[in-house]
Amino acid sequence: MSEPTTHCVHQEILPGGRNGSLILRRGYSLRITDLEGRANAGVLLYNPHNPLERYNMADTLKGQHTQKLQRGHMLYSDMGRVMCSLIDEDLGWHDTIGGCSDAEGVRQRWGESRYQEARNDFHRHGRELFLIELGKWGLGVRDLVPNLNFFSKLAVDEGGALRFVEHHSHAAAYVTLRAEMDTLVVIQSAHHPLDPAPHYAPGPLRLEIQPAAAAGEDDPCRRLCPENERAFQNTAIYYCQG
Amino acid sequence: MTTLIESPLDPRDAVYREIVPGGDPWMAVLRKGQTLRILDLEGNQAVDTLFYHLHDSSERYSATDTITAQGNIYLSSGSRLLSNRGRLMLTITADTCGRHDTLGGACAAESNQVRYALDKKPMHSCRDNFLKIIAEHDGGLSKRDLTSNINFFMNVPVSPDGGLDFVDGISAPGKYVEMVAAMDLRVLVSNCPQLNNPCNAYNPTPVEMLIWD
Repeated sequence: MSEPTTHCVHQEILPGGRNGSLILRRGYSLRITDLEGRANAGVLLYNPHNPLERYNMADTLKGQHTQKLQRGHMLYSDMGRVMCSLIDEDLGWHDTIGGCSDAEGVRQRWGESRYQEARNDFHRHGRELFLIELGKWGLGVRDLVPNLNFFSKLAVDEGGALRFVEHHSHAAAYVTLRAEMDTLVVIQSAHHPLDPAPHYAPGPLRLEIQPAAAAGEDDPCRRLCPENERAFQNTAIYYCQG
Repeated sequence: MTTLIESPLDPRDAVYREIVPGGDPWMAVLRKGQTLRILDLEGNQAVDTLFYHLHDSSERYSATDTITAQGNIYLSSGSRLLSNRGRLMLTITADTCGRHDTLGGACAAESNQVRYALDKKPMHSCRDNFLKIIAEHDGGLSKRDLTSNINFFMNVPVSPDGGLDFVDGISAPGKYVEMVAAMDLRVLVSNCPQLNNPCNAYNPTPVEMLIWD
Protein backbone atom coordinates (compact mmCIF):
# COMPACT_ATOMS: atom_id res chain seq x y z
CA MET A 1 0.00 0.00 0.00
CA SER A 2 2.96 2.33 0.39
CA GLU A 3 3.91 2.64 -3.29
CA PRO A 4 2.58 5.63 -5.21
CA THR A 5 -0.42 4.70 -7.28
CA THR A 6 -0.83 5.60 -10.90
CA HIS A 7 -4.09 7.44 -10.21
CA CYS A 8 -2.53 10.29 -8.29
CA VAL A 9 -3.53 13.75 -9.42
CA HIS A 10 -0.85 15.18 -7.20
CA GLN A 11 2.10 13.86 -5.26
CA GLU A 12 4.73 15.64 -3.22
CA ILE A 13 7.27 15.00 -0.53
CA LEU A 14 7.20 17.15 2.60
CA PRO A 15 10.58 16.87 4.34
CA GLY A 16 10.66 16.66 8.13
CA GLY A 17 10.22 19.96 9.96
CA ARG A 18 8.39 21.71 7.12
CA ASN A 19 4.95 23.16 6.43
CA GLY A 20 2.50 22.78 3.59
CA SER A 21 -1.17 23.05 2.68
CA LEU A 22 -3.56 21.95 0.01
CA ILE A 23 -7.23 21.99 -0.84
CA LEU A 24 -8.66 18.51 -0.78
CA ARG A 25 -11.88 18.60 -2.74
CA ARG A 26 -14.94 16.54 -1.92
CA GLY A 27 -14.54 13.29 -3.83
CA TYR A 28 -10.79 13.07 -3.45
CA SER A 29 -8.59 11.38 -0.90
CA LEU A 30 -5.29 12.33 0.62
CA ARG A 31 -2.86 9.63 1.60
CA ILE A 32 -0.08 10.69 3.97
CA THR A 33 2.84 8.27 4.22
CA ASP A 34 5.46 8.24 6.96
CA LEU A 35 8.34 7.39 4.63
CA GLU A 36 10.97 6.52 7.22
CA GLY A 37 8.82 5.54 10.22
CA ARG A 38 9.66 8.45 12.48
CA ALA A 39 7.41 11.25 11.21
CA ASN A 40 4.65 13.16 12.91
CA ALA A 41 2.04 14.70 10.64
CA GLY A 42 0.49 17.68 12.44
CA VAL A 43 -2.73 18.45 10.58
CA LEU A 44 -5.48 21.07 10.81
CA LEU A 45 -8.61 21.16 8.65
CA TYR A 46 -10.70 24.17 7.60
CA ASN A 47 -13.65 24.76 5.29
CA PRO A 48 -12.01 26.82 2.51
CA HIS A 49 -15.36 28.47 1.72
CA ASN A 50 -15.74 29.64 5.34
CA PRO A 51 -12.65 28.95 7.46
CA LEU A 52 -14.61 29.73 10.63
CA GLU A 53 -15.65 26.11 10.26
CA ARG A 54 -12.72 23.96 11.29
CA TYR A 55 -11.66 20.59 12.66
CA ASN A 56 -12.82 20.22 16.25
CA MET A 57 -10.90 17.82 18.45
CA ALA A 58 -13.50 17.66 21.20
CA ASP A 59 -16.49 17.11 18.91
CA THR A 60 -14.58 14.41 17.03
CA LEU A 61 -13.64 12.57 20.21
CA LYS A 62 -16.91 12.77 22.08
CA GLY A 63 -18.98 11.99 18.99
CA GLN A 64 -17.13 8.70 18.61
CA HIS A 65 -16.42 8.00 22.32
CA THR A 66 -12.70 7.80 21.73
CA GLN A 67 -9.48 9.61 22.57
CA LYS A 68 -7.49 7.96 19.78
CA LEU A 69 -8.16 7.95 16.04
CA GLN A 70 -8.04 4.91 13.80
CA ARG A 71 -9.55 3.50 10.61
CA GLY A 72 -13.30 4.05 10.52
CA HIS A 73 -13.26 7.32 12.45
CA MET A 74 -14.50 10.55 10.98
CA LEU A 75 -13.01 13.99 11.53
CA TYR A 76 -15.73 16.43 12.57
CA SER A 77 -15.92 20.16 12.11
CA ASP A 78 -17.29 22.41 14.85
CA MET A 79 -20.47 22.74 12.77
CA GLY A 80 -21.62 19.15 13.18
CA ARG A 81 -20.34 17.96 9.81
CA VAL A 82 -17.82 15.39 8.68
CA MET A 83 -14.88 17.05 6.96
CA CYS A 84 -12.85 13.92 6.22
CA SER A 85 -13.15 10.19 6.88
CA LEU A 86 -10.18 8.14 8.02
CA ILE A 87 -10.84 5.36 5.53
CA ASP A 88 -7.54 3.56 5.90
CA GLU A 89 -4.44 3.45 8.07
CA ASP A 90 -2.21 0.75 9.50
CA LEU A 91 -1.20 1.82 13.03
CA GLY A 92 -4.48 1.66 14.97
CA TRP A 93 -3.78 4.79 17.01
CA HIS A 94 -3.22 8.40 15.98
CA ASP A 95 -3.07 11.27 18.46
CA THR A 96 -5.21 14.37 18.54
CA ILE A 97 -4.82 15.56 22.14
CA GLY A 98 -1.09 16.39 22.19
CA GLY A 99 -1.15 19.65 20.23
CA CYS A 100 2.00 20.91 18.55
CA SER A 101 5.54 21.62 19.69
CA ASP A 102 6.67 25.15 20.51
CA ALA A 103 9.96 27.03 20.48
CA GLU A 104 10.72 26.47 24.15
CA GLY A 105 10.06 22.74 24.03
CA VAL A 106 12.27 22.21 20.99
CA ARG A 107 15.04 24.36 22.49
CA GLN A 108 14.94 22.49 25.79
CA ARG A 109 15.06 19.06 24.17
CA TRP A 110 17.46 19.58 21.27
CA GLY A 111 19.13 22.92 21.85
CA GLU A 112 19.43 25.93 19.60
CA SER A 113 20.00 25.47 15.88
CA ARG A 114 19.72 28.59 13.76
CA TYR A 115 19.44 29.02 10.02
CA GLN A 116 22.68 31.05 10.13
CA GLU A 117 24.63 27.92 10.96
CA ALA A 118 22.42 24.98 9.99
CA ARG A 119 20.80 26.39 6.85
CA ASN A 120 17.62 24.46 6.04
CA ASP A 121 18.30 21.84 8.70
CA PHE A 122 17.68 24.41 11.44
CA HIS A 123 15.31 23.43 14.23
CA ARG A 124 11.66 24.12 13.63
CA HIS A 125 8.63 23.69 15.86
CA GLY A 126 5.05 22.81 15.01
CA ARG A 127 3.52 26.06 16.19
CA GLU A 128 5.63 28.30 13.92
CA LEU A 129 5.12 25.98 10.95
CA PHE A 130 1.34 26.02 11.44
CA LEU A 131 1.34 29.80 11.81
CA ILE A 132 3.43 30.31 8.65
CA GLU A 133 1.12 28.12 6.63
CA LEU A 134 -2.09 29.52 8.16
CA GLY A 135 -0.86 33.01 7.31
CA LYS A 136 -0.92 32.13 3.62
CA TRP A 137 -4.68 31.64 3.85
CA GLY A 138 -5.40 34.75 5.91
CA LEU A 139 -5.58 32.68 9.08
CA GLY A 140 -3.49 33.05 12.20
CA VAL A 141 -2.91 32.38 15.84
CA ARG A 142 -6.61 32.71 16.70
CA ASP A 143 -7.33 29.88 14.27
CA LEU A 144 -4.71 27.53 15.69
CA VAL A 145 -6.89 24.95 17.45
CA PRO A 146 -5.94 21.49 18.78
CA ASN A 147 -4.58 19.55 15.80
CA LEU A 148 -4.23 15.98 14.60
CA ASN A 149 -0.91 14.18 15.05
CA PHE A 150 -0.90 11.28 12.61
CA PHE A 151 1.68 8.52 13.27
CA SER A 152 2.02 9.43 16.97
CA LYS A 153 0.51 7.67 19.97
CA LEU A 154 -0.13 9.25 23.35
CA ALA A 155 -1.25 6.59 25.78
CA VAL A 156 -3.38 7.69 28.75
CA ASP A 157 -3.63 5.58 31.89
CA GLU A 158 -6.59 5.30 34.29
CA GLY A 159 -5.25 8.24 36.30
CA GLY A 160 -5.01 10.41 33.21
CA ALA A 161 -1.20 10.30 32.93
CA LEU A 162 0.13 10.76 29.39
CA ARG A 163 2.87 8.63 27.88
CA PHE A 164 4.38 9.13 24.43
CA VAL A 165 4.81 5.68 22.88
CA GLU A 166 8.15 5.55 21.10
CA HIS A 167 8.65 3.72 17.81
CA HIS A 168 4.90 3.52 17.29
CA SER A 169 5.13 4.09 13.54
CA HIS A 170 7.10 2.23 10.91
CA ALA A 171 8.51 3.03 7.50
CA ALA A 172 5.69 3.31 4.92
CA ALA A 173 2.94 3.64 7.56
CA TYR A 174 0.09 5.62 6.05
CA VAL A 175 -3.26 7.27 6.65
CA THR A 176 -5.86 7.90 3.96
CA LEU A 177 -8.38 10.70 4.41
CA ARG A 178 -11.44 10.89 2.15
CA ALA A 179 -12.80 14.41 1.88
CA GLU A 180 -16.56 14.49 2.52
CA MET A 181 -16.51 18.25 2.00
CA ASP A 182 -13.96 20.56 0.42
CA THR A 183 -11.20 20.83 3.01
CA LEU A 184 -8.20 23.06 3.44
CA VAL A 185 -5.54 20.75 4.86
CA VAL A 186 -2.74 22.52 6.71
CA ILE A 187 0.13 20.24 7.58
CA GLN A 188 3.46 20.44 9.39
CA SER A 189 6.03 17.73 9.91
CA ALA A 190 7.82 18.81 13.09
CA HIS A 191 8.38 16.40 15.96
CA HIS A 192 5.41 15.62 18.21
CA PRO A 193 5.63 17.87 21.29
CA LEU A 194 6.26 14.90 23.59
CA ASP A 195 8.68 13.02 21.32
CA PRO A 196 11.75 12.24 23.45
CA ALA A 197 13.97 11.40 20.45
CA PRO A 198 17.63 11.93 21.43
CA HIS A 199 18.39 13.81 18.22
CA TYR A 200 16.38 16.37 16.29
CA ALA A 201 15.36 14.42 13.20
CA PRO A 202 11.74 14.97 12.12
CA GLY A 203 10.76 12.48 9.43
CA PRO A 204 9.57 13.18 5.88
CA LEU A 205 6.03 12.64 4.60
CA ARG A 206 4.67 11.80 1.18
CA LEU A 207 1.34 13.41 0.26
CA GLU A 208 -0.76 11.90 -2.52
CA ILE A 209 -4.12 13.10 -3.77
CA GLN A 210 -6.30 10.77 -5.78
CA PRO A 211 -9.97 10.42 -6.73
CA ALA A 212 -12.04 8.59 -4.11
CA ALA A 213 -15.27 6.68 -4.52
CA ALA A 214 -18.17 8.28 -2.65
CA ALA A 215 -19.21 6.68 0.62
CA GLY A 216 -22.05 4.22 0.11
CA GLU A 217 -24.69 3.39 2.69
CA ASP A 218 -22.58 0.49 3.93
CA ASP A 219 -19.44 2.59 4.28
CA PRO A 220 -17.54 1.50 7.42
CA CYS A 221 -16.98 5.08 8.55
CA ARG A 222 -20.67 5.98 8.22
CA ARG A 223 -21.68 2.79 9.97
CA LEU A 224 -19.19 3.02 12.84
CA CYS A 225 -21.75 4.72 15.09
CA PRO A 226 -25.02 6.64 14.70
CA GLU A 227 -23.19 9.90 15.41
CA ASN A 228 -21.07 9.41 12.29
CA GLU A 229 -24.10 8.82 10.10
CA ARG A 230 -25.78 11.97 11.44
CA ALA A 231 -22.63 14.05 10.88
CA PHE A 232 -22.33 12.54 7.39
CA GLN A 233 -25.95 13.50 6.68
CA ASN A 234 -25.25 17.05 7.85
CA THR A 235 -22.45 17.26 5.29
CA ALA A 236 -24.79 15.91 2.61
CA ILE A 237 -27.35 18.59 3.52
CA TYR A 238 -24.64 21.27 3.32
CA TYR A 239 -23.89 20.18 -0.26
CA CYS A 240 -27.60 20.10 -1.20
CA GLN A 241 -27.60 23.79 -0.36
CA GLY A 242 -24.93 24.40 -2.99
CA MET B 1 -7.91 10.04 43.10
CA THR B 2 -6.19 13.35 43.48
CA THR B 3 -5.65 14.86 46.91
CA LEU B 4 -8.40 17.29 47.78
CA ILE B 5 -7.17 20.68 48.93
CA GLU B 6 -9.39 23.16 50.75
CA SER B 7 -9.00 26.92 50.57
CA PRO B 8 -8.21 29.18 53.52
CA LEU B 9 -10.16 32.04 51.91
CA ASP B 10 -13.31 33.30 53.62
CA PRO B 11 -16.25 34.11 51.33
CA ARG B 12 -17.02 37.12 53.57
CA ASP B 13 -13.77 38.68 52.36
CA ALA B 14 -14.55 38.20 48.66
CA VAL B 15 -14.63 41.40 46.57
CA TYR B 16 -17.14 39.87 44.14
CA ARG B 17 -19.88 37.29 44.49
CA GLU B 18 -22.45 36.38 41.89
CA ILE B 19 -24.71 33.42 41.36
CA VAL B 20 -24.90 32.25 37.74
CA PRO B 21 -28.14 30.36 37.05
CA GLY B 22 -28.02 27.02 35.27
CA GLY B 23 -27.68 27.53 31.51
CA ASP B 24 -26.46 31.15 31.67
CA PRO B 25 -23.21 32.68 30.39
CA TRP B 26 -20.90 34.82 32.54
CA MET B 27 -17.95 37.00 31.71
CA ALA B 28 -15.60 38.84 34.03
CA VAL B 29 -12.18 40.42 34.32
CA LEU B 30 -9.80 38.69 36.70
CA ARG B 31 -6.72 40.75 37.58
CA LYS B 32 -3.27 39.33 38.13
CA GLY B 33 -3.04 38.09 41.70
CA GLN B 34 -6.80 37.74 42.18
CA THR B 35 -8.34 34.40 43.07
CA LEU B 36 -11.45 32.99 41.38
CA ARG B 37 -13.54 30.32 43.07
CA ILE B 38 -16.25 28.43 41.18
CA LEU B 39 -18.65 26.92 43.68
CA ASP B 40 -20.91 24.08 42.58
CA LEU B 41 -23.94 25.00 44.69
CA GLU B 42 -26.14 21.98 44.06
CA GLY B 43 -23.63 19.48 42.67
CA ASN B 44 -22.87 17.75 39.37
CA GLN B 45 -22.80 20.98 37.37
CA ALA B 46 -20.40 21.33 34.44
CA VAL B 47 -18.92 24.83 34.09
CA ASP B 48 -17.41 25.42 30.63
CA THR B 49 -14.64 27.99 30.95
CA LEU B 50 -12.23 29.86 28.66
CA PHE B 51 -9.49 32.34 29.59
CA TYR B 52 -7.98 35.14 27.45
CA HIS B 53 -5.19 37.61 28.13
CA LEU B 54 -7.13 40.78 28.91
CA HIS B 55 -4.93 43.03 26.77
CA ASP B 56 -4.25 40.64 23.86
CA SER B 57 -6.98 38.08 23.34
CA SER B 58 -4.90 36.15 20.81
CA GLU B 59 -3.19 34.71 23.86
CA ARG B 60 -5.66 32.26 25.39
CA TYR B 61 -5.95 29.12 27.45
CA SER B 62 -4.54 26.11 25.64
CA ALA B 63 -5.79 22.67 26.62
CA THR B 64 -3.05 20.89 24.68
CA ASP B 65 -0.18 22.98 26.09
CA THR B 66 -1.58 22.52 29.59
CA ILE B 67 -1.98 18.74 29.49
CA THR B 68 1.30 18.01 27.70
CA ALA B 69 3.24 20.23 30.14
CA GLN B 70 1.78 18.52 33.20
CA GLY B 71 1.75 15.06 31.61
CA ASN B 72 -1.84 14.40 32.61
CA ILE B 73 -5.19 15.06 30.99
CA TYR B 74 -7.04 15.94 34.21
CA LEU B 75 -6.89 19.26 36.01
CA SER B 76 -6.76 19.57 39.79
CA SER B 77 -4.88 21.35 42.58
CA GLY B 78 -1.43 22.32 41.38
CA SER B 79 -2.39 22.30 37.69
CA ARG B 80 -0.78 25.19 35.87
CA LEU B 81 -3.17 26.46 33.21
CA LEU B 82 -1.00 27.54 30.27
CA SER B 83 -1.67 29.82 27.34
CA ASN B 84 -1.09 29.04 23.67
CA ARG B 85 2.25 30.81 24.14
CA GLY B 86 3.23 28.42 26.90
CA ARG B 87 2.86 31.09 29.60
CA LEU B 88 1.22 30.59 32.96
CA MET B 89 -2.30 32.04 33.06
CA LEU B 90 -3.58 30.58 36.34
CA THR B 91 -2.69 27.98 38.92
CA ILE B 92 -5.35 25.83 40.56
CA THR B 93 -4.75 26.38 44.27
CA ALA B 94 -7.67 24.55 45.84
CA ASP B 95 -10.00 21.81 44.66
CA THR B 96 -12.51 19.90 46.74
CA CYS B 97 -13.89 18.00 43.73
CA GLY B 98 -10.78 16.12 42.59
CA ARG B 99 -10.50 16.41 38.86
CA HIS B 100 -11.77 18.43 35.96
CA ASP B 101 -11.95 17.83 32.21
CA THR B 102 -10.33 19.75 29.39
CA LEU B 103 -10.80 17.36 26.46
CA GLY B 104 -14.59 17.24 26.17
CA GLY B 105 -15.08 20.73 24.78
CA ALA B 106 -18.27 22.76 24.88
CA CYS B 107 -21.64 21.52 23.71
CA ALA B 108 -23.13 23.19 20.65
CA ALA B 109 -26.42 23.04 18.78
CA GLU B 110 -24.56 21.29 15.97
CA SER B 111 -22.73 18.80 18.14
CA ASN B 112 -25.90 18.00 20.09
CA GLN B 113 -27.55 17.18 16.79
CA VAL B 114 -24.75 14.79 15.88
CA ARG B 115 -24.43 13.24 19.32
CA TYR B 116 -28.07 12.73 20.21
CA ALA B 117 -30.58 13.26 17.40
CA LEU B 118 -31.25 15.58 14.52
CA ASP B 119 -34.15 17.19 16.40
CA LYS B 120 -31.93 18.26 19.33
CA LYS B 121 -30.59 21.26 17.43
CA PRO B 122 -32.94 23.82 19.00
CA MET B 123 -31.75 23.02 22.53
CA HIS B 124 -29.67 25.62 24.36
CA SER B 125 -25.92 25.03 24.38
CA CYS B 126 -22.60 26.30 25.73
CA ARG B 127 -21.28 27.54 22.43
CA ASP B 128 -24.48 29.54 21.90
CA ASN B 129 -23.88 31.00 25.36
CA PHE B 130 -20.32 31.93 24.46
CA LEU B 131 -21.41 33.51 21.16
CA LYS B 132 -24.16 35.48 22.89
CA ILE B 133 -21.98 36.97 25.59
CA ILE B 134 -19.07 37.84 23.31
CA ALA B 135 -21.49 39.45 20.85
CA GLU B 136 -23.04 41.58 23.60
CA HIS B 137 -19.71 42.73 25.04
CA ASP B 138 -17.07 44.54 23.05
CA GLY B 139 -14.29 42.18 24.00
CA GLY B 140 -12.98 41.77 20.46
CA LEU B 141 -13.81 38.07 20.54
CA SER B 142 -15.64 36.03 17.90
CA LYS B 143 -16.32 32.43 16.98
CA ARG B 144 -12.68 32.15 15.88
CA ASP B 145 -11.67 32.49 19.51
CA LEU B 146 -13.79 29.65 20.87
CA THR B 147 -11.08 27.09 21.35
CA SER B 148 -10.90 23.99 23.56
CA ASN B 149 -12.15 24.91 27.01
CA ILE B 150 -12.07 23.59 30.55
CA ASN B 151 -15.11 21.79 31.93
CA PHE B 152 -14.90 22.31 35.65
CA PHE B 153 -16.61 19.55 37.65
CA MET B 154 -17.16 17.43 34.52
CA ASN B 155 -16.17 13.78 34.59
CA VAL B 156 -14.84 12.45 31.28
CA PRO B 157 -12.95 9.24 32.02
CA VAL B 158 -10.69 7.71 29.42
CA SER B 159 -9.63 4.08 29.28
CA PRO B 160 -6.11 2.84 28.50
CA ASP B 161 -7.40 1.27 25.27
CA GLY B 162 -8.36 4.70 23.96
CA GLY B 163 -12.03 5.02 24.97
CA LEU B 164 -13.61 8.22 26.26
CA ASP B 165 -16.98 8.77 27.87
CA PHE B 166 -19.19 11.26 29.63
CA VAL B 167 -20.43 9.95 32.92
CA ASP B 168 -22.11 11.08 36.09
CA GLY B 169 -20.13 13.80 37.82
CA ILE B 170 -17.95 13.34 40.88
CA SER B 171 -18.91 16.75 42.18
CA ALA B 172 -21.45 17.38 44.93
CA PRO B 173 -23.21 20.36 46.57
CA GLY B 174 -20.64 22.76 48.00
CA LYS B 175 -17.64 21.43 46.04
CA TYR B 176 -15.43 24.12 44.58
CA VAL B 177 -12.32 24.79 42.57
CA GLU B 178 -10.14 27.83 43.09
CA MET B 179 -7.43 29.38 40.95
CA VAL B 180 -5.14 32.38 41.15
CA ALA B 181 -4.45 34.52 38.07
CA ALA B 182 -0.86 35.01 36.92
CA MET B 183 -1.86 37.69 34.38
CA ASP B 184 -4.81 40.00 33.75
CA LEU B 185 -7.52 37.83 32.27
CA ARG B 186 -10.92 37.82 30.67
CA VAL B 187 -12.91 34.84 31.91
CA LEU B 188 -15.67 33.40 29.76
CA VAL B 189 -18.07 30.88 31.29
CA SER B 190 -21.10 28.92 30.20
CA ASN B 191 -22.90 27.29 33.09
CA CYS B 192 -23.69 24.28 30.94
CA PRO B 193 -27.34 23.79 29.84
CA GLN B 194 -26.80 20.26 28.53
CA LEU B 195 -29.86 18.02 29.13
CA ASN B 196 -28.87 15.05 26.99
CA ASN B 197 -26.07 13.50 29.03
CA PRO B 198 -25.21 13.06 32.71
CA CYS B 199 -22.59 15.84 32.85
CA ASN B 200 -25.12 17.94 34.78
CA ALA B 201 -27.09 15.01 36.18
CA TYR B 202 -29.75 16.02 33.57
CA ASN B 203 -30.53 19.03 35.76
CA PRO B 204 -28.49 22.22 35.21
CA THR B 205 -28.19 24.14 38.47
CA PRO B 206 -26.62 27.43 39.65
CA VAL B 207 -22.99 28.00 40.52
CA GLU B 208 -21.48 30.87 42.47
CA MET B 209 -18.50 32.90 41.30
CA LEU B 210 -16.34 34.46 44.01
CA ILE B 211 -13.27 36.67 43.54
CA TRP B 212 -10.73 37.70 46.16
CA ASP B 213 -8.03 40.34 45.78
